[in-house]
Amino acid sequence: MIILVFLAQTLRIAVPYLFAASGGVISERSGLIGLGLEGYMLGGAFCGAISSYYSGSAWIGLVGAAAGGGALALLYALTAIRFRADQVVLGVAINLFVTGATRFFLKLAFHSSANSPRVPGLGVEQSGTGLVTLVGNPLIWLGILAVAVIAWLLYRTAFGLRVRAAGEHPTAALSVGVPVHRVRYIAAALSGVLAGLGGAYLALDQHQFSADMTAGRGFIALAATIFGRWDPFRAALACLFFAAAETLQIQLQGSQVIPSQFVEMIPYALTIIALAGVVGRAVAPAALGRVAE
Amino acid sequence: MKAQLEEAVLPVIVALLIAAVVGDALILSFGQNPGAVYRLLFEGTWGNVYGLGQVLYKTTTLTFTGLAVAIGLRAGLFNIGAESQLAAGGFVAALVGLTLPPGLPSLLTLPVYLVAAAAGGAVVGGIPGVLKAKLGAHEVITTIMLNFIVLALLNYLVVRYLKVEGTLHTQPIHSGALPRLSDMASGFRGSAANVVLLLAVAAGVVTWWYLFRTKRGFELRAVGLQPGAAEYGGVDVGGVWWRAMALSGALAGLGGLNFVLGYKHYYEDSFGAGAGFIGIAVAIVGRNHPFGVMLAALVFATLSQGGLAVNAVVPKQIFDVLQAVVIIAVAASVPEVRRVLRRTAGAGAGAPA
Repeated sequence: MIILVFLAQTLRIAVPYLFAASGGVISERSGLIGLGLEGYMLGGAFCGAISSYYSGSAWIGLVGAAAGGGALALLYALTAIRFRADQVVLGVAINLFVTGATRFFLKLAFHSSANSPRVPGLGVEQSGTGLVTLVGNPLIWLGILAVAVIAWLLYRTAFGLRVRAAGEHPTAALSVGVPVHRVRYIAAALSGVLAGLGGAYLALDQHQFSADMTAGRGFIALAATIFGRWDPFRAALACLFFAAAETLQIQLQGSQVIPSQFVEMIPYALTIIALAGVVGRAVAPAALGRVAE
Repeated sequence: MKAQLEEAVLPVIVALLIAAVVGDALILSFGQNPGAVYRLLFEGTWGNVYGLGQVLYKTTTLTFTGLAVAIGLRAGLFNIGAESQLAAGGFVAALVGLTLPPGLPSLLTLPVYLVAAAAGGAVVGGIPGVLKAKLGAHEVITTIMLNFIVLALLNYLVVRYLKVEGTLHTQPIHSGALPRLSDMASGFRGSAANVVLLLAVAAGVVTWWYLFRTKRGFELRAVGLQPGAAEYGGVDVGGVWWRAMALSGALAGLGGLNFVLGYKHYYEDSFGAGAGFIGIAVAIVGRNHPFGVMLAALVFATLSQGGLAVNAVVPKQIFDVLQAVVIIAVAASVPEVRRVLRRTAGAGAGAPA
């Protein structure tokens, strides 16, 4: 029973990571750096909460979240591709933009700079163990599905082949007629939609939007993307592992065996170790962050 | 020279115009009059001595973090870790300060504090530099990840060992605290501005001298423009990388003195409050030139303090949004402006900026 509760809680924590990391993988494999994931998530959480609130339906909320995350990612792609702006600068700016804009519109819509009123959520209400809540929440299944769909897209479709070509060797891809820019726009939009849904999961699960509620989860998803070496399944495993560490920390909270700050460090420390190549170097897509000429 | 200046300044002007339009739209959407809001912003910042003091205090930290990001970018490296380097600099300075015997004169302790703060930042900045030089780990990711790691570690140390009960800050340091401007001119009373401001100006001048008047600085810029060509010309690219990151971290670390030594006289958890990230905006808008950085720091500090001044009328987050708009607009218009200027100047004219 304890193990089941542990697994259930791990999965609950992992869902937003699964969404955002799947988005991170598709974006980075196409050559666009995924630094804006945090912003797409927060934007998705906000748009999700707002559309759920005004429509009274959490499903409309999901559509709003996907649209919000997707729109932000398209803004990023437009400035990165059409205007050739530096992707790292843009990623940082998008996150800053969303942090400020969500607080601004929170105040505009609800006269509060901290949180929204209660919004309709998905699935069944909280129960004792959380198991029923878990299987009753369709977003959990959608999150797992997202990983599989991205993997299928990337490895089993012509579009996926083009994405990988755009990320590894855009000039060669252009010369054989691959519409590199269009492929990157689509990959960016997909990443925004997925990260937005990850954000919506947070807002709908808590039945409200609160300022900065993503609290760095987009960066954990980016860490999972890299630690999973830009492969959807390995990135998903990284998400589950990071979530399990968080769950363990929550369960151990009373006992103070490991200080929570050290558990917080795990995803980031592992990512640095992976990048430094101590146990098998993580190698990024060759054209990551570069414009196709 | 004139063409270079045009290429550097035009994108900033374009960006400020775009930001003004977006700002007006946001203020109007909140049902307020843009003119009145801007007047309020001016009155709360440059319009009185206290407001000016607050602006100068914020300018000080932003100058250090902006210089940090700029020197990295000059070497072709993106340091996103200024936030944790700033914190580490302030932390180490405070640790040293807590061990110094009370009552020493500032003149004696200042060099000690300078070294401590610079060292704290340099270690946090240097790690990604070494990882990049020796192992090829991308500095953007490692500096982001180190932000989380270092801030969590400092939080642990403060909470577990150093805090005064009921707070998140250390005991006050009793040696070598620097005077505030209000000690010299009473009009600044209550504002946080202090003489670390002069250190920030000095840091800007020294950074300019290093970048444009020394061999090391020339090598650094050469690596930033074209690492392959620099290596062919006999420059040790890996060495430049880790030196640039350590220097960048040291500059950010020195910024910690503004809070620790000049303002509060203790270390407080997350005192940086995002100044490291705004440093990125400062460097971009300052076009990675030390003097541009100082000017940009003044602008962003005014917006930040101005946000507090107008918060009763419109949410202060308007200026967070505008900061982001300015960054995006500068980043997006730099290549565009360059292309247009090159076309009008004829092919081949002007050096790459």
